[in-house]
Amino acid sequence: MPDTITATRVDVQMPPMTGSEVVLEALAEQGVEVVFGYPGGAVLPIYDAIFKQDRIRHILVRHEQGAVHAAEGYARSSGKVGVILVTSGPGATNTVTGLTDALMDSVPVVCLTGQVPTHMIGNDAFQEADTVGITRPCTKHNYLVKSPDDLARVIHEAFHVARSGRPGPVVIDLPKDILMGQAPYRRRADVQHRTYNPRVEPQADEIDRAVTLMANARRPIFYVGGGVINAGLQASVALAELVRETGFPITLTLMGLGAYPGSDPQFLGMLGMHGTLEANLAMHGCDLMIAIGARFDDRVTGRLDSFSPGSTKIHIDIDPSSINKNVPVDLGIVADAGRAIEALLGRWRAKKVRSRAAQLKPWWDQIAAWRAKDSLRYRQNGKVIKPQYAIQRLRALTKDRETYITTEVGQHQMWAAQHFTLDRPRYWMTSGGLGTMGYGFPASLGVQVAHPDALVIDIAGEASWVMNMQEMSTAVQYRLPVKSFILNNSYMGMVRQWQEFFHGNRYSESYMDSLPDFVKLAEAFGAVGLRAETVDEVDDVIKAMIEVDRPVICDIVVDRAENVYPMIPGGAAHNEIRLSPEDDGPVQGSEKGMVLV
Amino acid sequence: MPEQERRHTIAVLVDNEPGVLARVIGLFSGRGYNIDSLTVAEVDHVQHLSRINIVTSGTEQVIEQIKALLDKLVPVHKVSDLTVEGPHVERELALVKVAGEREQMVQALRIADIMHGRLVDSTTESFVFEITGSSDQLDAFIHLMEPLGLAEVSRAGVVAMARGPKGM
Repeated sequence: MPDTITATRVDVQMPPMTGSEVVLEALAEQGVEVVFGYPGGAVLPIYDAIFKQDRIRHILVRHEQGAVHAAEGYARSSGKVGVILVTSGPGATNTVTGLTDALMDSVPVVCLTGQVPTHMIGNDAFQEADTVGITRPCTKHNYLVKSPDDLARVIHEAFHVARSGRPGPVVIDLPKDILMGQAPYRRRADVQHRTYNPRVEPQADEIDRAVTLMANARRPIFYVGGGVINAGLQASVALAELVRETGFPITLTLMGLGAYPGSDPQFLGMLGMHGTLEANLAMHGCDLMIAIGARFDDRVTGRLDSFSPGSTKIHIDIDPSSINKNVPVDLGIVADAGRAIEALLGRWRAKKVRSRAAQLKPWWDQIAAWRAKDSLRYRQNGKVIKPQYAIQRLRALTKDRETYITTEVGQHQMWAAQHFTLDRPRYWMTSGGLGTMGYGFPASLGVQVAHPDALVIDIAGEASWVMNMQEMSTAVQYRLPVKSFILNNSYMGMVRQWQEFFHGNRYSESYMDSLPDFVKLAEAFGAVGLRAETVDEVDDVIKAMIEVDRPVICDIVVDRAENVYPMIPGGAAHNEIRLSPEDDGPVQGSEKGMVLV
Repeated sequence: MPEQERRHTIAVLVDNEPGVLARVIGLFSGRGYNIDSLTVAEVDHVQHLSRINIVTSGTEQVIEQIKALLDKLVPVHKVSDLTVEGPHVERELALVKVAGEREQMVQALRIADIMHGRLVDSTTESFVFEITGSSDQLDAFIHLMEPLGLAEVSRAGVVAMARGPKGM
């Protein structure tokens, strides 16, 4: 007879289950509808259980890295946890880039990896790898399930860890014997975590101090990142109210785009290395910086010792280790971004702060002068397509639709961030922290799975796109009508740009000869290929792309020499930002800055 | 001017589960932080809690990072910076083997007696002393043994605890 403690925890209503059935039951209870995966020997029992049920859909990718990025796209566009299922050994090691990407960008995913049976662990068995060892530094947490009794608990815990606090990837390593043997089921409600309970509520006195600083600021700025998007849709609504009621300007990080309407006049554009002049100079010259859910990344701050030298800094973040990490702040508040914004808003209203318009006017006048420089401008002359133009046309022709954007990494990513104005959160999926080329295309599949009727576009460079192009086979199999909008300049454009600026125009290994014919490539996969080579073809290609209810590759042949401006060269400060050569002459890096990435 | 580095003793209460020590050590190695001393053992056999004592050194900013990162680890219950949270005691244990000429051995025995070293093994050619105290006391003892045929040293690392009635 089981002892009473066990009897209350184990669900006696459930029929006997195998470990694999427990896995699927726990996933279903966690609300999982879809899993991105690739089978193999160690996870065959789970695949067998998947075959016998219809609650959870499985999307078969073509490479495990693609599975993780797809799960990331699914998670970021839906606010749910993305789930990955891969086999042991190479299946698990192939997920490492994706997991690291999810860790850097705080994306909640749970990755189930198969493992050799427990009695063979450590024997260098076929397809054995030390998965928990390998993934320890690239996950928020990981588990090796060694006893069937732990299985259900670990899965529920993993979802809790992945989605709460600062979200992130969690790996569960599942030995084959655990999957095949009997295992007890435990319900989600019966699993309480002993130690992991991140702080989400801000303290009243901190909020009070922040609002006092805000009420007295003359040159304030909100500096907002992806933490607000992770805090849920309500956080963006509250942010918009706070920004409007205070009348302060706001800038967003690459990860934060969409957290505040991009077309609103109080928005100064993205900040950082390729941010707008007004955003960067406002950060440099502000007297109060209110950072919310942003982490003072080096791409944002530029040279640290001259970063916003005269400002008082408030930093709100759910991750205590983000506060004072790169930039010392005057007031650190550990809290969920949404709760903190609502608390600020409540306190601001309660204090009945009088209209600050008069005090803020000189600041807004200054910003208007910076804005008048139109730092994102470019010239579309001649027939050769400027990449910025292509993105602006893409935005113009898709703005009335439910359009989700993913990107790869490089020049096109920065142009997309600058020119594809986003007004809502969760419509922008890009690899910010890790800078993973090959992220955008598989991510677009995950977005399309989450939003079957939406228009999902991967704004890509050809070099990045080729890195995970095998996933076109997945797109065709599942009839996911994703669009790859490839700005093709035959170069790794950002590498070429840095070589031009900092390495004397020596374009070492950044040019790609013998790229595939993307139109034929699309056709070979059973997708649709389109090409635009001159400026007058751009609109027609975009329209045709939208019309087709199938996966499409658009090969947009763009100006090979175009560079991304503005630019803060590595090792430079915000006020050393360079506009295009017509304004500021050629960009030249310093020896010191060259060392930086 | 670079910020002053300071030595901190940090106590961490963790679930005693596989891999927990690797998580703690990986955090230090992955970010280039120092570990001067590290001890770990289960201190609660019912709840399976282990206590890790870490002696590290770094600037104030680095120490703050270390504590925040430790606290973020899922199996961590509590992080306590003994150096800043008030007075505390630190003790360390060492086994020190001396093997030398007869006169040196006599001398070693005398010093050990004065410094409260305990003889835990003796042969005709060697002694093993156990000595407990602060790290400085252990350093001094080992230093004195050096000319007397010091053959081997094994140190347990620092264990530490806050003074006063309050428990961690």
